Amino acid sequence: MTGDPRGNSGDDLSGRLRRLDEKLDAREAEEMRKQPAPSANAADRSGFSGGLKLSGDFVGGVVAGFAVGWAFDKFTGWSPWGLIVFLLLGFVAGVLNVLRSIGALRKPGERREK
Amino acid sequence: MADPIAQFQIKKIVTLGHIGPYEIALTNSAVFMIAAVVVIVGGILLATRGQTLIPGRLQSLAEITYEFVAGTVRSTAGNEGMKFFPLVFSLFTFILVLNMFGMIPGFFTVMSHIAITGALAALVILTVIIYGIYRNGLGFFKLFWPSGVPLFVMPLIVVIEILSFLSRPLSLSVRLFANMLAGHITLKVFASFIGLLATSLGVAGWLVGILPFGMLIALTALELLVAFLQAYVFTILTCLYLNDAIHPGH
Repeated sequence: MTGDPRGNSGDDLSGRLRRLDEKLDAREAEEMRKQPAPSANAADRSGFSGGLKLSGDFVGGVVAGFAVGWAFDKFTGWSPWGLIVFLLLGFVAGVLNVLRSIGALRKPGERREK
Repeated sequence: MADPIAQFQIKKIVTLGHIGPYEIALTNSAVFMIAAVVVIVGGILLATRGQTLIPGRLQSLAEITYEFVAGTVRSTAGNEGMKFFPLVFSLFTFILVLNMFGMIPGFFTVMSHIAITGALAALVILTVIIYGIYRNGLGFFKLFWPSGVPLFVMPLIVVIEILSFLSRPLSLSVRLFANMLAGHITLKVFASFIGLLATSLGVAGWLVGILPFGMLIALTALELLVAFLQAYVFTILTCLYLNDAIHPGH
């Protein structure tokens, strides 16, 4: 396949494919840099699923607090104090989840924008 | 009116045996899960059988799915997240195909059971915890240690962060399950309005029945969107959590 009739510098199909691959990779990397990472917020645009998402976030926190508090009581026998304290903390965690998922608070890992 | 919940009933098909007091049976849910796996694996094998430079329909479908999931993983978890690509791709296709099965009338909606979505969420979060500790050692726990917080409120913040972390698998599973359950109940209720109107009001009922019928068509379209979106949301959240395991606290 060296004798290309159009004189494409004499390289064969696989050589051209490789160059195309490289070009595509470079372009993809560039596009990746340009556009910001899609957030989970952008994924669900319909209001119904947005509401379900936020309520799930909030209820998740409360349920997690309940589970931890219940287990705490079970092991220490300090009933009902573990349940009370962890349910309240779970409520806080639920609010934190909601604030994070609507983007009002940054995640612990994220740095402050300068 | 037909019971809108009846569609979610688990039915035994074959009893395979007993382990202790528990009966191990092949249920309609399990049959659909097996069917989904067969469709995914079979479809991808068929699509990649004769690899051509210019892809056919099936091959381009497989390629688009690959590119889509790979793009999601790369953009949220970075190139290092690509080692979890098999997991993420399996989760995405499994949930997507099962959700789409659910949209076919008479088919069972597997993801409307919290046992299934909970198991998937547990798989994700255990992967995050185990890989996070394996890769970062104790540094993984920096996830619960936000920087720039005064030391005297730290115990409180750490407990809240841990609870917030524990709530992730819960909201991950509840979101998928609640969306599928609520959507399918809505469809069923609107569909039963049509029959109810027609049997109770006669000809006038047939005419008025056009209204819920139109609504039903719109809802079906919305449900198809939700079926896809929830699979995507589950995937992207999985990637975000894996990102936490790879770079805790940056």
